[in-house]
Amino acid sequence: MSAPNKSFDPVGVAALEAQAVDAMVADALTDIAAAVDLDQLKAARLAHAGDRSPLALANREIGALPPAAKAEAGKRMGDARGQVRLALDARGEVLETERDTRVLVEESVDVTLPTRRRSVGARHPLTTLMERMADVFVAMGYEIAEGPEAEAEWFNFDALNVPPDHPARTMQDTFFVGGESSGVVLRTQTSPIQLRAMLQRELPIYVVAPGRVFRTDELDATHTPVFHQIEGLAIDEGITMADLKGTLEHLAAAMFGPGVQVRLRPSYFPFTEPSAELDLECFVCRGASVTDPNSPCRTCSSEGWIEWGGCGMVNPRVLMAAGIDTDRYSGFAFGMGVERTLMFRHGVTDMRDMVEGDLRFTSAFGIEV
Amino acid sequence: MRVPMSWLREMVDLPIEVTGREVADRLTAVGLEVESVSTVGGGVSGPLVIGRVESIEELTDFKKPIRVCRVDVGPTSGGVRGIVCGASNFAEGDLVVVALPGAVLPGDFTISARTTYGHVSDGMICSERELGLGDEHGGILVLASGAVGADAREATGVGEEILDIAVTPDRGYALSIRGVAREVATTYNVGFVDPGEALAPLPAPSAPSGQSAPQECGVDDASMCELFTVRLIRGFDPTAPTPEWMKRRLVACGMRPISLAVDVTNYVMLELGQPLHAFDAAKVRGRIRAGRAGDVGTLVTLDHVERALVPQDVVIRDDSGVIGLAGTMGGLDSEIDDSSTDIVLEAAWFVPEEVARTARRHRLSSEASRRFERGVDRVLAPYASARAAALLLEHGGGDYEGMTAWEAPYAPTVIAMAADLPARTAGMSIDRETTTTLLTRVGCTVVAGDVVAGNVVEGDLQVEVPPWRHDLTDPADLVEEVIRLVGYDQLPARLPMAPAGYGLTREQRLRRRAGMALAGLGIVDVLTYPFVGEADFDRLLLSDDDVRRRAPRLANPLSDEQPLLRTTLLPGLLGTARRNISRGFDDVALSEIGRVFLLREHQQPQGVTDPPRPGVDSRPSEADLAALEDLLPDQPFHAAAVLVGADEAKGWWGAGREFTWADAIEAGRVVAAALGVTLDVTRGNDAAFHPGRTASLVVDDVVVGHAGELHPRVIAAFDLPARTCALEMDLDAVMASAHAVTPAPVFGSQPLAKEDIALVVAESVAVADVEAAVRAGAGDLCEDVRLFDVYVGPQVPQGHRSLAFALRLRAPDRTLSAEEIHRVREAAVAEASRRHGAVLRGS
Repeated sequence: MSAPNKSFDPVGVAALEAQAVDAMVADALTDIAAAVDLDQLKAARLAHAGDRSPLALANREIGALPPAAKAEAGKRMGDARGQVRLALDARGEVLETERDTRVLVEESVDVTLPTRRRSVGARHPLTTLMERMADVFVAMGYEIAEGPEAEAEWFNFDALNVPPDHPARTMQDTFFVGGESSGVVLRTQTSPIQLRAMLQRELPIYVVAPGRVFRTDELDATHTPVFHQIEGLAIDEGITMADLKGTLEHLAAAMFGPGVQVRLRPSYFPFTEPSAELDLECFVCRGASVTDPNSPCRTCSSEGWIEWGGCGMVNPRVLMAAGIDTDRYSGFAFGMGVERTLMFRHGVTDMRDMVEGDLRFTSAFGIEV
Repeated sequence: MRVPMSWLREMVDLPIEVTGREVADRLTAVGLEVESVSTVGGGVSGPLVIGRVESIEELTDFKKPIRVCRVDVGPTSGGVRGIVCGASNFAEGDLVVVALPGAVLPGDFTISARTTYGHVSDGMICSERELGLGDEHGGILVLASGAVGADAREATGVGEEILDIAVTPDRGYALSIRGVAREVATTYNVGFVDPGEALAPLPAPSAPSGQSAPQECGVDDASMCELFTVRLIRGFDPTAPTPEWMKRRLVACGMRPISLAVDVTNYVMLELGQPLHAFDAAKVRGRIRAGRAGDVGTLVTLDHVERALVPQDVVIRDDSGVIGLAGTMGGLDSEIDDSSTDIVLEAAWFVPEEVARTARRHRLSSEASRRFERGVDRVLAPYASARAAALLLEHGGGDYEGMTAWEAPYAPTVIAMAADLPARTAGMSIDRETTTTLLTRVGCTVVAGDVVAGNVVEGDLQVEVPPWRHDLTDPADLVEEVIRLVGYDQLPARLPMAPAGYGLTREQRLRRRAGMALAGLGIVDVLTYPFVGEADFDRLLLSDDDVRRRAPRLANPLSDEQPLLRTTLLPGLLGTARRNISRGFDDVALSEIGRVFLLREHQQPQGVTDPPRPGVDSRPSEADLAALEDLLPDQPFHAAAVLVGADEAKGWWGAGREFTWADAIEAGRVVAAALGVTLDVTRGNDAAFHPGRTASLVVDDVVVGHAGELHPRVIAAFDLPARTCALEMDLDAVMASAHAVTPAPVFGSQPLAKEDIALVVAESVAVADVEAAVRAGAGDLCEDVRLFDVYVGPQVPQGHRSLAFALRLRAPDRTLSAEEIHRVREAAVAEASRRHGAVLRGS
């Protein structure tokens, strides 16, 4: 290295000549351009921009120049080193992109390999369907009422206007708990919950009661001795059959789609008077199959209507058994089979599928119906 | 109730073009649900005519006798035809039904002229079965009368439409053609001739040939019978046949023709709804009375069953004893037979509940009891028996000897109803005029309230109910009559406005959460029947005094093997797991959330014999309600799971992982956590589980369930794979500990210090206990303790293991100093040492 120049004598430094500097830059640019990977680029950086690179060494010679020449040489060196740095950065970016692309490609896997190590759980569709139906009513301000499955005969029959020896008791073949005269049965319907709600709650009463019920039927494709119902009850001042019909229409729309009609047909239940069977307009063919023999409907057997449940105005005798003033209050009640609803809505054709507990049945429904 | 259209038309002025299908729709719309409309001989089409057999030539060359007949089918159908026939129950001159070539019989069987047995058969002589009239195939159908060449449909009933009506228990009157006809007339608003309104004309009682007449009768107990009549016929021809038309109607209504006397009683019962009974007068001793059995005894009924009578049974008796169950079935000893010439015809009105009770006691439901239970027309008996007597005399001859009767006073039911009640109930306008008209049409007599003196509110209607409508007792019943005839399809629709509710209860929400939590673990929910048997408890190795053996018992189980209600969800789940395995699944994780039934301390499996029966006229007292609740077993919700096979499948990623006891415990923890409850796990002891691999699940020091591996013998008994694991917990008990409102946690953001300690303890010490000691020793600065390694081997003494815990330490307000951390560590080790003799490993 040349000694510092303090004498202001013009001294030439060969390494700082424009020609020499240009050659260094050209050298550097050539090497940089020739680097094919980041390792080679790293070597080029060391060689041309490192502390011991020709440009760095040349830069140190600036001090040997007389003061008048320092500025020019400094500018030349700055430009040259900047040029090299820029080239290094640009090439680095290119090579990094190239490397990243290559690595990501190399790291790729077959994402279609099976990923399921654990099976997916599911809830029984009867449970989720009951919850869903109940929630329709909860959204209207109803609450969910419950009662025991082994129920006092008084709640299941007597207080529902079915006295002992009434023929209606034989309509529903009943499991007796204990002896036949022990006063306890497996509830044959969710209706005893009506009574419990009336006895326990303040008026007005708006409740739904989903639950499991029992009748002594043998299991086959359309019957099961253990099944589910959802019961609705509204007791208020001025409740009419129009309220009943509107409510059922709302439930039908919520479960089967807007605009599905319901039909009431006179029938008999001891605990309602007037009473009605509840039919649902076939939500598949909307009644079109009745008049069109070319497109029969499997859901409704081309009847246009599906039997869904029973309903009516709460029999004043039942209100009396619960101590409710029948001059002031009236009410409606309805009930429908949850299994039946699941069958219609989801096309379940065999009741046994719901009770046998086959994994495939529940799993198909996941956690929501 | 099967109702032939032709029978209806005898009573109703129904326009000729109205079809059975249309009537069915109308009836269904007013509450008589027509389940089907069938056609007698449905499937018959083409030429079907009455023919007379002119000559018969017997062929004997074949395996069975064959007849070649010449049958006159009338000039328009080609005169006399040759027809080959395999039956031989007819003679020359008989009238038969001939299906001519071109006719089609049921089963798409087309008739054509063809050569058979060497002769041309130009048509077919038909049997009842071939026409679809019945199962009778003893031979071909021979008609009693008819015009040769006439269409045979009317004479045979082919083409008759039959409505099959599902009659609800309240409408007993509809178990008769009369009752259905009235409904049809009402819905069509056309004329109706009531066949029960006028007495059939009967001859004056003849002077008996030296015998006392008529038959004496009476009622011993008016609480079971309000009207009792007997008519006597002597000299009846027991061989007289039942007319064809009557037989056809009986068959059409689903009854089997037997003999003229029996057929007539059945026919009148179908027509009018009044059950009748015919006794052989020669077998009756003295006075016939209705009453109670009063004493034990036996009676052999017509179905040849010997029945043990109880004193309350309602019966018919004569001087020799009981001769029938009143309103249900007659006795065999007084039965009409094929030599009975003297007939006692009984018609009565029995109290419905009494017949129901007797019929139920004897598990005997007859056509008669079905009607009496539902209520027969209170005044009809003498009319019905007159009708029956007239038919017997007409078709069987004999002398009418008169009627005797006993009747309690009868006052029709009168109901006061506010005239606007139908409108208020329906939610639409129904005026007083309409109400009055419609009630009158069903048979009521309506009087305006202000016309009647007394305490009747002005504007009320006084409605007198007809004697066949026992179902009409309350204003609401009349309201239904009015609205059903206005038409339920006319009802408007409106949504009532419920007051603001509080949504689901906490228990309801938590039960849903528990279900979701189990599903989230990859477990599949099932719903099993709650029926179990002692054998299930044996298979679960339950000891004799296990509380789960305190199961309520069903009086009438579907299966004798499963007469009990479940006290545990395990048998149902294990059986369901077995079924899935049988269907080819190796990995089966199932859960169920449902009620179990546990007898309470004061309860016995057979229940009580005198349960409380509060009245239903008003709200029961709290004591009565409590007494009712006292009858019921505990019915808590349980959650259970069974885990079989692999939790994680093996695959390209490597080995799978089998379910272990730990997964069952974890499932319990996850369910509890979903409810916001932290479970404590302790070494457990439950008969059904592996004694060394069972945890008790504890909440607030109460054991709420068990989890772990099932006992190998339980696994074997349920035919499940080895190492099957299970969980069962009392969800109600867990929920009882759940926070009503979850308190927010308090935590700081100061730096965390991590500290690991390895403790050598005897293997007999439970990890949970060591962990609890560490936690207690570490104190408040310790925010978590987690076991991360268990070592057993040469580096620790025999019978010991090394438990490595990771401690997370943090102060709420400062960075912990090295000295503080050291103190915590020392304290944790010290406490574990004090409680369990733990030694810091490597010290």
